[in-house]
Amino acid sequence: MINKLKNPFRNGLGQLTIPLIAIIILVVFNLIRDPSFFGIEIIQNNDGNNVLSGNLISIINGASELAILAMGMTLVTAACGGQDISVGAAAAIAGSAFVKILKSGDSISGGKVLLAFLFACVVAMLFGAFNGTLVAVFKIQPMIATLILYTCGRSIAYWINGGATPTVTSPIINAIGSFIPGIPVPTPVLIVVIVGVIFKLVFRLTSLEIFTQSVGINGSAARLNGINSTFIKLLSFIILGVCVAISGSIGVSRLGLINHETLLLDVEMDTILAVAIGGNNLGGGKFKVGGSIIGAYVIQMLTITLYAMKVSSTDVKAYKAIVIVLLVVIGSPVVKAKFEKYMSQLRAKKAAVNTKGADQS
Amino acid sequence: MDNPILLTMRHIEKRFPGVLALNNVDFTLRKGEIHALMGENGAGKSTLIKILTGVYQMDGGEVTIEGQPVVIHSPQDAQNSGISTVYQEITLCPNLTVAENMFIGREDSAWIQRKEYEKKADEILGRLEIPTRGARILGRCSLAIQQMVAIARAVDMNCKVLILDEPTSSLDDKEVNMLFKLMRDLKAQGVGIIFVTHFLEQVYEVSDRITVLRNGELVGEYPASDLPQVQLVSKMLGENLIEELPEVQTETKMIGKNQDGVSLVGDMIRNEIKKNSGVFYEAESLSSAQALPFDFKIRKGEVNGFTGLLGSGRSESVRAIFGADKVTGGKVKIKGEQVKINRPIDAMKHGIGYLAEDRKRDGIIADLSVRENIILALQVMNGFFKPISRSESEAFADEYIKVLNIKTASRETPVGSLSGGNQQKVILARWLLTHPDYLILDEPTRGIDIGTKWEIQKLVLKLAEEGVSVTFISSEIEEMLRTCSRLIVMRDRHIVGELTGEDLNQAQVMKTIAGGEA
Amino acid sequence: MKRAKTLVLAVVLVLSLVLCACAKDSGDKKGSSGNDNAGTTNTSSGPIKVGVVNNPPSESGYREANVKDMEAVFSKANGYDLKTAYSLKNDDQLQAAQGFITEGVDYLLISAAETTGWDDVLKKAKEAGIKVFLFDRMIDVDESLYEAAVVSDMAKEGETAVKWLLDQNLSEYNVIHIQGAMGSDAQIGRTGALDEQFASKKMNKVVQQTATWDEAEAKKIVESVINSKASFNVIYAENDGMAKGAVAALDDAGITHGVDGQVIVMGFDCNKWALRELLAGKWNYDGQCSPFQAQIISDIIQGKKTVTSKKIINEEKGFDAKSLTQADIDNYGLGE
Repeated sequence: MINKLKNPFRNGLGQLTIPLIAIIILVVFNLIRDPSFFGIEIIQNNDGNNVLSGNLISIINGASELAILAMGMTLVTAACGGQDISVGAAAAIAGSAFVKILKSGDSISGGKVLLAFLFACVVAMLFGAFNGTLVAVFKIQPMIATLILYTCGRSIAYWINGGATPTVTSPIINAIGSFIPGIPVPTPVLIVVIVGVIFKLVFRLTSLEIFTQSVGINGSAARLNGINSTFIKLLSFIILGVCVAISGSIGVSRLGLINHETLLLDVEMDTILAVAIGGNNLGGGKFKVGGSIIGAYVIQMLTITLYAMKVSSTDVKAYKAIVIVLLVVIGSPVVKAKFEKYMSQLRAKKAAVNTKGADQS
Repeated sequence: MDNPILLTMRHIEKRFPGVLALNNVDFTLRKGEIHALMGENGAGKSTLIKILTGVYQMDGGEVTIEGQPVVIHSPQDAQNSGISTVYQEITLCPNLTVAENMFIGREDSAWIQRKEYEKKADEILGRLEIPTRGARILGRCSLAIQQMVAIARAVDMNCKVLILDEPTSSLDDKEVNMLFKLMRDLKAQGVGIIFVTHFLEQVYEVSDRITVLRNGELVGEYPASDLPQVQLVSKMLGENLIEELPEVQTETKMIGKNQDGVSLVGDMIRNEIKKNSGVFYEAESLSSAQALPFDFKIRKGEVNGFTGLLGSGRSESVRAIFGADKVTGGKVKIKGEQVKINRPIDAMKHGIGYLAEDRKRDGIIADLSVRENIILALQVMNGFFKPISRSESEAFADEYIKVLNIKTASRETPVGSLSGGNQQKVILARWLLTHPDYLILDEPTRGIDIGTKWEIQKLVLKLAEEGVSVTFISSEIEEMLRTCSRLIVMRDRHIVGELTGEDLNQAQVMKTIAGGEA
Repeated sequence: MKRAKTLVLAVVLVLSLVLCACAKDSGDKKGSSGNDNAGTTNTSSGPIKVGVVNNPPSESGYREANVKDMEAVFSKANGYDLKTAYSLKNDDQLQAAQGFITEGVDYLLISAAETTGWDDVLKKAKEAGIKVFLFDRMIDVDESLYEAAVVSDMAKEGETAVKWLLDQNLSEYNVIHIQGAMGSDAQIGRTGALDEQFASKKMNKVVQQTATWDEAEAKKIVESVINSKASFNVIYAENDGMAKGAVAALDDAGITHGVDGQVIVMGFDCNKWALRELLAGKWNYDGQCSPFQAQIISDIIQGKKTVTSKKIINEEKGFDAKSLTQADIDNYGLGE
């Protein structure tokens, strides 16, 4: 990783080159525009905690749900060669389930929050399994299979709570959504770190990574090596389900309310973009979860930069689209191949000049 | 006796990146003859046909029809020149009527009414004695009829050259006879038919002439009546002629000279049946979605082979052993105990490894590293929750890269960037790492360089020495004679012979493959 | 493998059952309410038969309150026989209205999904002697085809709110304006009056962004203003959810808000939970587009109110944290 940072071109274009360059460009651009853009200060919030504040914190904090979803989406993409477009709707369901438990009874205790979260997880995993079954068992294209839940998910979320925007107020929920007293880092950021570590551990303690990649790269060969590709695909959707539950619960906790129509609205497209910007092949196969996380931060940094420039939020999407088109085109195999060819020509020329120089001396 | 020449192809050359698919190939078709085009996989017959039908452009040579040079740049050109093709898979529309299928998309179709279509279709069908009616929905007709309708359409479009590409592979005997009758009728009408098939008996039943290709080159053109079946097989496989039988035998004995000319006789003696060793694997009327029921057993430390022409069912049979295709019946015993092998993982758990025929499709995980490819099967056997640690996997990879002499930049190089031979070694390493009791190698030496071929053959014998049972399949009979102590011969998806001891020589193998009277 | 397959199948089955159950549930409710009404026999004078064609309550909190209000006012106890049909689709609504006409209701109440296509149905109603009321939404038809239309004036909502804001007599107005989905009626109505203030420089526009009704987006917008160190003292959010998002950003940044706070917080919709924030003094103002049209229509039907103009503008409410009471919350709050 460090080597790659030092010289991203050493082995041609690595998978993380594009997202890292994108981040660097955005950082430099913002520093030129406003040197204090990345300033971080410690302030006292309304709950009396000393917390970190600034654009950088806003970016990292705001991208939390996206980053978590992108991790899960990376697995689904790798195993199935397609994407789940129902994550936003599923998050609304999970968030509604979360609120449903919280609102049962009067007080909200830590145990109840845990129970609510576990319930949200189970619900989201079931819907993940539903998507996964359509994809893995019935061999339906992922986008088509998940279109079903994409279409009806938010209605299901409505049924769970009935009301339009049920609210929950509790110091515990507030702590999950913003800050834990005594810790200056926003809790969602900590959750991203925890989820990232869990992913790392899962890759370390199981064969998930190599099996998923094998299934995605060459399903036929994977099968002949005894890998149960149906199980792997299903598993990827269930894992994404857990990510969905976490994101949905964070989204609810941030504001203490669930609006099933707007919770993580349009997040599926940003999630897929994060995976793509992260250099992962949307057709499946090899993947880097780290790339997708960086992709999520690129998207968020772009949004915050545009907000800071007071670009009207109706225009933000258009500007975002321009930047993303650039990123994706630069990262495309065609451009990569051209670039590599150019680099090798350059190298050859350099080598020629060097030998010439040596001859002369 | 010779009919006037209809089609000539002269000095045809076709290159694909890195391959010379056709090298100076000649082909001649006469009016009113059925001409079989024969060759094993990679011989170039489909390339030749695709040039004729305008799918590919040739890189050199010329084509004439009735003495006039023609240029074929597209399927439309081919059709205009009177060349029609009927493929193995029906390319008509099953939900339209027979008549519509016969006339659809043709210039004169715009103003003809439905009734007229059907009347005209019935007329043609009657003339060709095809037992169906124009008003029927094509999809309701049998495959044979559908094929005949396709032929009728071609004939009605004034085709002079009719290409039938594997037309009989999904037909039963009765249907085949119907088709042959139609072919003979067309022949009588002066149509020249190019007949591509894998079924030797069928070739002799209808063909007048046979052209054999091998490795992109013309072997020769022969009148069917002058070419015994055995000779046809040997020409297709590129082995020595049967007349030189005694010499062939000697050659088999002095098998070993590798490219350096060093004799390998010492360590390359054919694996002898270990009569005393127990049976490791035994199958009784095992069948799969692809393989007809067959019996098979192999002893511990034995090397056996499956042979037969392409499509004879040799690969399908070994796939059934490994559970690679859906197993549909049969009893399997391992070391005398009855077991169930329905999926690859079952076979692996019973100590069976399988190197698949198609390396790219069923073998390598191209984007993964050499290291990951090597540990894959072992990892699967270890299970989901017991991953092989990084350092351990590196040690395994390094060991096998060294043992098998795999040429790779590093163990982390994507396996897809290795040469074919080294990819094959990586997959071998993958299975060796699982320490199998029984290893099935389907075409492990195809498309790889001579040196690696030798290494793999040596390895097979070494494994057998260590008590591993091996099933070895190769298109090169010589290779199998070198390594196997028992050869199972298949033809038309059935086992037709089992050769051991004295019978293990090329002549006998060819004879068995060809079947019938030589 | 087999077991896994069974498990997978079971999961699918359970899920589809759940889905069916949910769907059935809502269907049943509709069905039963219809049956109840059909069951009530005509007593001497008989109940007044009212058919309501509306959008489904799931559309929004507004609609939910609207539907509940209709059900409460046109109850059996009040001498009505209520039949309802809910759909977001104009075609379905037209069919339902047709059905009510055939059934022979006395009054037809319509909140149309689309403004067009209603001519024929309303003419038929007129021929059948059925009186038509429009509520919440206008339709493109001749005035003679309906008795009255009870609707909200969205622009008035914004004007009421801005007037309240001006009444606060701040020395300067630095406003963060968070808009709803651009082009929606609510957004246009709630934006208009404020835009006038910006244009006349009476108020200073710190930022004007749409969060498309998304709470989280509203939070991000306010966060970016805070990070840019621009000073502001008013947040004008076009619905309660976005106001809540904005407040979350203030809380994180340690900026006080509400009565006696540094920043005035204004929202719209009057959800009960939002009014409670007002009551707690954390917000300052909440405006409402009233979903309560049933009483007005009922009054007209029973002759308690006479129609002077066919278009009746429903009175809009705006609540000030300082004068809000628990009773207001109970009476006018939406949701729970």
